[in-house]
Amino acid sequence: MLNIKKKTSWLTAGILGSGLLLASTAQAFTVISFGGASGDAMQKAYYEPFDDQTQVDLIPGDYNGGLSRIRAMVETGNVSWDLVEVESPDLIRGCFEGMFEIIDWERLGLKDKLIDSAVEECGVGTFVWSTVMAYNAERLDKAPQTWADFWNVEDFPGKRGLRKGAKYTLEFALMADGVPADEVYDVLRTSAGVDRAFAMLNKLKDHIQWWEAGAQPPQWLVAGDVVMSSSYNGRIAAAQEEGQNLQIAWKGSVYDLDYWAIVSGSEKVDTAYDFINFASQAENQAVYSSEIPYGPVNPDAIAKLSDKQAARMPTADANLKGALAMDTGFWVDYGEELEQRFNAWASRL
Amino acid sequence: MPQVMPAANPSEVSGRELKRQLRHAERLKKFKAFALVLPLVLFLLLVFVQPISTMLWRSVDNTELMEVMPTTATEILQWDGQGLPSETVMAAFAKELQASRKEGGLGQVGRRLNYEDPGFRGLLMRTLRKFPDEAAATSWKSLLPEIDPAWGEVETWQAIQRSATPMTDRYLLASVDMERNAQGEIQAVAEEQQVYRAVFQRTLIIAGSVTLLCLLLGFPLAYLLATLPVGTSNLLMIFVLLPFWTSLLVRTASWIVLLQTGGVINAGLMGLGILDEPLQLVFNRFGVLVAMVHILLPFMILPLYSVMKGISPSYQRAAISLGAHPFAAFWKVYVPQTVSGVAAGALLVFIMALGYYITPALVGGASDQMVSYYVAYYTNTTNNWGMAAALGSLLLVVTLLLYLVYHRLVNQKQLVRS
Repeated sequence: MLNIKKKTSWLTAGILGSGLLLASTAQAFTVISFGGASGDAMQKAYYEPFDDQTQVDLIPGDYNGGLSRIRAMVETGNVSWDLVEVESPDLIRGCFEGMFEIIDWERLGLKDKLIDSAVEECGVGTFVWSTVMAYNAERLDKAPQTWADFWNVEDFPGKRGLRKGAKYTLEFALMADGVPADEVYDVLRTSAGVDRAFAMLNKLKDHIQWWEAGAQPPQWLVAGDVVMSSSYNGRIAAAQEEGQNLQIAWKGSVYDLDYWAIVSGSEKVDTAYDFINFASQAENQAVYSSEIPYGPVNPDAIAKLSDKQAARMPTADANLKGALAMDTGFWVDYGEELEQRFNAWASRL
Repeated sequence: MPQVMPAANPSEVSGRELKRQLRHAERLKKFKAFALVLPLVLFLLLVFVQPISTMLWRSVDNTELMEVMPTTATEILQWDGQGLPSETVMAAFAKELQASRKEGGLGQVGRRLNYEDPGFRGLLMRTLRKFPDEAAATSWKSLLPEIDPAWGEVETWQAIQRSATPMTDRYLLASVDMERNAQGEIQAVAEEQQVYRAVFQRTLIIAGSVTLLCLLLGFPLAYLLATLPVGTSNLLMIFVLLPFWTSLLVRTASWIVLLQTGGVINAGLMGLGILDEPLQLVFNRFGVLVAMVHILLPFMILPLYSVMKGISPSYQRAAISLGAHPFAAFWKVYVPQTVSGVAAGALLVFIMALGYYITPALVGGASDQMVSYYVAYYTNTTNNWGMAAALGSLLLVVTLLLYLVYHRLVNQKQLVRS
């Protein structure tokens, strides 16, 4: 008898539970990130503890960047994404076009706690990431140090991987041609500078294998399709943890921030503020950065990391030497023109 | 039904009356038949005609500025393009620029004007930041150039004028590597910016080669399937269909696994000592052709097989018994009977291959991307939907033209035969 009662109560609880679940899905808070290893780290550092703490029904998702889906949502008024991780040029472009809510920094109260570049009109920095030169130490006798080595096919024979696009590629080409990191964008703003970058690419074109997804470079390095490649530093670290002997040359790396942006028209703005606040706390950022070597935007978090972990951060002092800060304004202004020229160049290979 | 007269006395119904009733009955039948296909017609209108016409319209659509800044658009179209526009134009522009930030639409205008000049979005941003708080400015004509010298240049206003017309040919021209210069004459774009003619050519070459390869591989196989005993041919048919039922992405990815430098084929050949260093089999044209032929082969085999199944073997036997060489009998008697199958298969494969996107993107290099890649690039990466629509429309037109030519050719062949 007791048994039956127990069963019934379980059943009732089950039905009630599923009812609640259904009710709450309608009120779900959707957070979209770039997924992959970073998405897994966010799951552990932000999504799960936030879920536990606030009982908000958080639905994580991922996308490959770009504004078109967000634009479609905002234009049709059917906003199903609340908070999105965006790259900096998309943040500036989307902010200008009114796709993202303007951040009320006083309400957030984080302005003094975060690094300067994390504070934007429509976005709050998520983490600092870097595009670096990575190589497979098993397949190279000597360790390449600079982008000039990347262009040196005699001493370092084999294919090289680069991202199929003008961004990063042109910066790397200029650095390979001997332009110091802090002058790269000044040179690239002149048409002679752009010609110079494409002339460098012409020299290497037969040895380049173009990648499109961030997962490709480590995969190709391990499989031996390429001996070195530009890559997101976090992807390389993930491969290292799987026991692969992939190495990073930090000199000439280009670092940039990803931002949290609230999609304009979201019904969950309050939750989004709570979430951003939660995700910007030093202890949560430290959990994230210990999972994946993307630098925290909250400097207090670095102290909470072990020395070994801190050394893998793009923002570690040693790694910042000779590194280039991505000039977002430059890419917003000249991006379309340069990408068009890159496409024209690449299609004639 | 009251209209149908009871045929009590048919002889009394005059011929005219009968005709009228007949017409009526016919119309009713037609109406019923139409009602039956109505859902299909609506479906086609909704998911086929409507989206395609929207896409075609987008390729010439130039209403972005007109929607957000209606007064500016009307005023600036009256300007003759000589000297700076009048105070009315500038005041309307300044007022509507400020309003567009609050009411949305600024992005739309910024995106459109940026196509005219890459610095335009930056100019609008700078201008809005330095805008006077009080909208009580008396002379915008002197104020705007003070905010940014670009407003004192005729070219800036000419760019706005070009964006104010309801339609534009800039996207369609750009899809064939052309543009209008400052005087409005059509000219080719600078050499280092030319892409699309080469891309269209490449798309046709890849689709054509894939079709040819599919025909070369598919014809003997379909012949084998049609002539073997049923048991064996059914088994072979399953081998043809099995990959057909597997996801396109899975098949493409498995070709990468097979063909890559450290992949199964290279490792095998090097292990056997046939190769000293790995061959580049993927991320180039070869990889694209292999993967596309593999995916599209069933679309060639199935129509061929169904046609060959219906051809009686006795014609060929008769030809041989009358003294023809077996190959002549095959070529002159059998092959002409398969023309409709070849035609259907080739058309199917060619048109599907024209629109291929994901396979070349995954197994091709930078110089193996087809038109659809650029359509996706403009839709997803740069959000230039006008350009995406123009490329799509052009591909549609090319496909239709090729289809017409092809239709002519095949029909002529069949005429000759009969």
